[in-house]
Amino acid sequence: MTKTYTFYPGCSSEKKASAANLDISVQSMCHILDIRLNEIKDWNCCSASIGYAEGGELPRLALSARNLGLAQKQSHRKDVVATCAACWLALRETNDRLNEDAEIKAEMDEVLQAAHLTYDGSLRPRHLVEVLIEDIGWDTLKEKVKKPLTGLKIAGYVGCQTNRPFGVCGDSFENPTYLDKMIEICGATPVAFDKKVACCGGALAFSELEKVCGLIKDILQSAKDSGADLIVTPCPVCQLNVEVYQDKVNQMFGTRFKIPVVYYSQLFVAAWGGSWKQAALHQQIVPANVLKRFVR
Amino acid sequence: MENQKIGCYICTGCGIGDLLDIKLLEDMATKESRIPVVRTHAFLCGEEGLTTIRHDMQNEAVNTVVIAACSPRVHVETFRQLEAPLLDRVNLREQVIWVQHLKEEDDKDVFEEDRQMAAEDYLRMGCAKVKKMDPPEPFDDPGLSKTIMVVGGGVSGLTAAKEAADTGYDVVLVEKDAELGGRVAQMLKVSPVKPPYDQLEQPPTAALIAAVEGHDKIKIYKKATIKETTGAPGLFDVKIEYGAGEYSTGEDSTGEDSTGEDYSTGEDSTGEDSTGEDSTGEDSTGENSERIGAIVVATGYTLYDETKLTHLGHGTSPDVITAWEFEQMAKAGNIVRKSDGQPAKRVAFSLCAGSRDVQHLEYCSGACCTYSMKQALYVTEQYEDASTFLIYQEIRTPGQMEDFYRKVQNEGGVFIKGDINKVASGSNGGLTVDINDKLLRTPESLDVDLLVLATGMMPNIDTTDPNQETDLSASDANSVLNLQYRQGPSLPLLKWGFPDSHYICFPYETRRTGIHAAGPVRRPMGISSSMTDATGAALKAIQTVESIGRGAAVHPRVGDLSYPSFRVDGCTQCKRCTEECPFGAINEDDKSNPLFNPTRCRRCGTCMGACPQKIISFSNYSVDMISTMFKECEIPEEDEEKPRILIFACENDAYPALDMIGHNRGILTPYIRVVPLRCMGSMNLVWVADAMSAGYDGVLLMGCRHGDDYQCHFVRGSALAETRLNKVAETLDRLQLESERVKMIEVNIMDSDILPDKINAFVDDLEAFGPNPFKEF
Amino acid sequence: MAYDLSFAKDVYENAEEGHWIKMCMQCGVCAGSCPLGPHWEFSPRQLFQMIRAGKAEEVLKSESMWMCVSCYHCMVRCPRGLPITHIVHGLARFAVEKKRADKDQVTRRFAKILWENMERGGRIGEMALTTKLYMVNGIPDGVKKGMEMKDQAMSMLKSGRLKMDPLHLSRIRGHAGFKAMLKKAREIEQKKRES
Repeated sequence: MTKTYTFYPGCSSEKKASAANLDISVQSMCHILDIRLNEIKDWNCCSASIGYAEGGELPRLALSARNLGLAQKQSHRKDVVATCAACWLALRETNDRLNEDAEIKAEMDEVLQAAHLTYDGSLRPRHLVEVLIEDIGWDTLKEKVKKPLTGLKIAGYVGCQTNRPFGVCGDSFENPTYLDKMIEICGATPVAFDKKVACCGGALAFSELEKVCGLIKDILQSAKDSGADLIVTPCPVCQLNVEVYQDKVNQMFGTRFKIPVVYYSQLFVAAWGGSWKQAALHQQIVPANVLKRFVR
Repeated sequence: MENQKIGCYICTGCGIGDLLDIKLLEDMATKESRIPVVRTHAFLCGEEGLTTIRHDMQNEAVNTVVIAACSPRVHVETFRQLEAPLLDRVNLREQVIWVQHLKEEDDKDVFEEDRQMAAEDYLRMGCAKVKKMDPPEPFDDPGLSKTIMVVGGGVSGLTAAKEAADTGYDVVLVEKDAELGGRVAQMLKVSPVKPPYDQLEQPPTAALIAAVEGHDKIKIYKKATIKETTGAPGLFDVKIEYGAGEYSTGEDSTGEDSTGEDYSTGEDSTGEDSTGEDSTGEDSTGENSERIGAIVVATGYTLYDETKLTHLGHGTSPDVITAWEFEQMAKAGNIVRKSDGQPAKRVAFSLCAGSRDVQHLEYCSGACCTYSMKQALYVTEQYEDASTFLIYQEIRTPGQMEDFYRKVQNEGGVFIKGDINKVASGSNGGLTVDINDKLLRTPESLDVDLLVLATGMMPNIDTTDPNQETDLSASDANSVLNLQYRQGPSLPLLKWGFPDSHYICFPYETRRTGIHAAGPVRRPMGISSSMTDATGAALKAIQTVESIGRGAAVHPRVGDLSYPSFRVDGCTQCKRCTEECPFGAINEDDKSNPLFNPTRCRRCGTCMGACPQKIISFSNYSVDMISTMFKECEIPEEDEEKPRILIFACENDAYPALDMIGHNRGILTPYIRVVPLRCMGSMNLVWVADAMSAGYDGVLLMGCRHGDDYQCHFVRGSALAETRLNKVAETLDRLQLESERVKMIEVNIMDSDILPDKINAFVDDLEAFGPNPFKEF
Repeated sequence: MAYDLSFAKDVYENAEEGHWIKMCMQCGVCAGSCPLGPHWEFSPRQLFQMIRAGKAEEVLKSESMWMCVSCYHCMVRCPRGLPITHIVHGLARFAVEKKRADKDQVTRRFAKILWENMERGGRIGEMALTTKLYMVNGIPDGVKKGMEMKDQAMSMLKSGRLKMDPLHLSRIRGHAGFKAMLKKAREIEQKKRES
């Protein structure tokens, strides 16, 4: 039976945006799992983890409140699913604040009125990973595997905001295990990766590139030391930073990293017998050639 | 013992039967040790095994049982069920078969022979030992009392009195002041003592005083001092001098009076009406004598002398005050600058004022952080725009205080980690406190209205001010209890003047049996801890009177009915026993003969070890018994090259450590023979001489750690053994033997992994000296 | 005067999540958990103590809170359970409101450009965002920076992950309401600040 969710893709998952490969592979993955994602019509940006500085408290929270208000107006469904870590965090934080702080809630009612919207705080923002684990279940995820990625060594890079401060399915903040489990299900081998929950620098890549490249270098070095053929992550910022700045890191530190960084959704699509294009693997900057022998 | 009939039971379970020649052991017991009943069983600790022994006790008149099986430390209850008049254990399992394992380089025959010899020697010792034992007869005295005296009517004493009385014991409460309640009753509020542990509470003393004063089992003396405490636990006679009429019981004095006798004595001495409270105005005093079973000392603390804290600004300005002064100020509802009476809205608290400071009190009082937090809340309660600063080293809030700490922060209390460099009068009339701010890593200057010094606690163990330097003898003369003990009137103290009370093993115990310390006099502590402590001490006091009522020892030999007897006609009045007893159990008569107090005794045998004339023995533990035991062992001829080392092992730590080697299947040399002692303090030098004469190549003593952080269960036993051993060189010289043949080592109960190496090192040392030449004789 | 609490009270009351600051017990777990920790002039715990000590200028002008990468390590590890990440964000915003934050601080500038980019159409235009970011110090500097990053930009373009949209003119349909909403939110905040 088709499972349907309200969906908040966020700016990076827009067509030809930086996480277009996430969006395409997520759509392929959901197609295989018979999940329907109903995009919130006319959604706006959440301002991610940098909106606080210019937006302040109420305008920043209003961004996500508007999206939640639209979701509530457009559908009776309670779950709003996000694929981007920052989008998910912004939705959840806003939702929590509205439910916990009566003053903010009252102010927000007034604010939303200006956009002819209301929101009562009753929706449930979820990460797509939670949907996979809780609603679809590990058994189904495993059953779908047609092309086990046998012999592939993968560093599961959970990163920050998919993990903290909310966590996925109650998993540990310091050593979450769900991503390694996903790698295992796909038939590959998760390596011991000590930068599993380290930070890639996030949005500061735009302002503090040198400092951030130091963080990215450590992540790449750890993946290399652990013998990984590739890095897999659920987060579009992690994916972008660790993939796109590899040349910069090499230039800065005299290293020679060339490690593909893919999304968990791309990995699933590959293992479930999807095509190179369905997995959006043609959109990698560091080509994920190690996957070629498994994917048509 | 008279009509002794010994049954020897050899267990073949746990591998004993497979590894030892049991037939040879049986023959040895029968023929050599002449034991009338010798049996073997595959499972002695099982019901069938026990039935076998019971059968012999009923049908063969066996009254002394030797169990040759596992360690005496296991199956204690199993064999106690037999209720044999005398029973002893031979440790063939842990200390023979479990510590001797055939190694590749060993000759199998030699190995097995050594193992068998060890088993036989241990069996010989066991059989010899019981022949030298008599069943103990418990001490009894018709005058034994179960009344508990509590000294000090503060929160600790009140709690102890109430808890003991509520449990059903008569209590005598002695308070030096005219009112009960101590310091806590003079406080505005107290930090939380009950859930949710984040609210200021009313002092618990009011309710305690009401309960204690109305309690029909509690007799109270106020304005009282103890002139003298004679006797011993169960038999203490305490002379109490008190303010006229300042004693009462909860009962109506005109009604039926269960404590009538003592009461009337009191009346007689004052010659007045008996309803104490009515006549408090009198200046004349009364004196009473009470028969007491056990004592709880809860005399509290004195605060450290603030005048010594000039480096924290004391004396600079009247606005530098102590926490106690601040408490009184807050209680009066008037938190102001003392200098000009202006409201004190900015108040700094100097935590650790004179504490954890080698120049002053070296220790942490464990209560000042918490009480300063409490006082910070006073300021916020009085002034809406208050600012409070707690200048600390580390925040230490033992107990359930974390939420209280948060509460103080939430109310705006600012915590500053740092040192005070200088305090001066400020321009605006207040104070300027220069601090080295360790959190900001900068020097900072803080303007405040008041600086409150949170001073630490010193034990009130005698009646003089602990802030005044007094010499020991003068201090003794001012003892709270005025004990009539040969070793002095006061409780023995540890470092920093707190009464010795082992904080892990034996809290609430002092080095005077039946006298229990509780609250800040035992160690510095806050109110909540004091109440817990007082309850613990009350329970310990109850244990004491109950044990003594049965003639049994209190800890650590709980339930032991034996106690030493003194063959006084052999005494040379050397006073070693009276001086060395760690518990002051032995007084002296006019001619310096020992006067033994059985209920003060903890049965360690230190007196027995000290006595050069061997006149002190227990019915089941004596110098002769131990000597006979190790002399029973076969000493191989010199040319057999099988040395023999005698080990005296403290049964509290060293013996279990040796057992643990067996449990871990470690390896011990087969040349040792282990004799457990009650305490190293009971080690008599005669044994060393006897062992050398008997042909042992060396003697190794294993005692507990001694010194300030001692682990000796009898406080001083191992230290005394070491002192005695220093004298042994002389004895050995006389025998023309190397003094290094006798050595003492400290063994901790956790040392099983390193102990074999220590023993082997000693064996190696002995090898250098060659065999004991006395083997020839 | 050191430890004048008026600044602290201002922060407690007016900075987002600022009231938590008084609950910090100065253990330093936040400082030890921060990936950019070595680059902070003052660690979070130090900032908090400086606020208590009344060091307003030093706190507000500090670059420290602009070093936050929003990784939330400090927040989940704080033994007191304080929302450190949000407190630090709140302090950064507070510095902006107090007009003490350096306008040229790179992250502050980026935050401003991003917000404007987002507000103009309701969503982020990534190419316009980066271009604006490079050009902020004038065209020559922008060209230089752009050249440094051209490999990254080209690879993004080639892989279909960067839209050729330097002007970012598209709007969400409800843009008018969106703008009105933000205006209202700012009004309410302004009113609160003034009261």
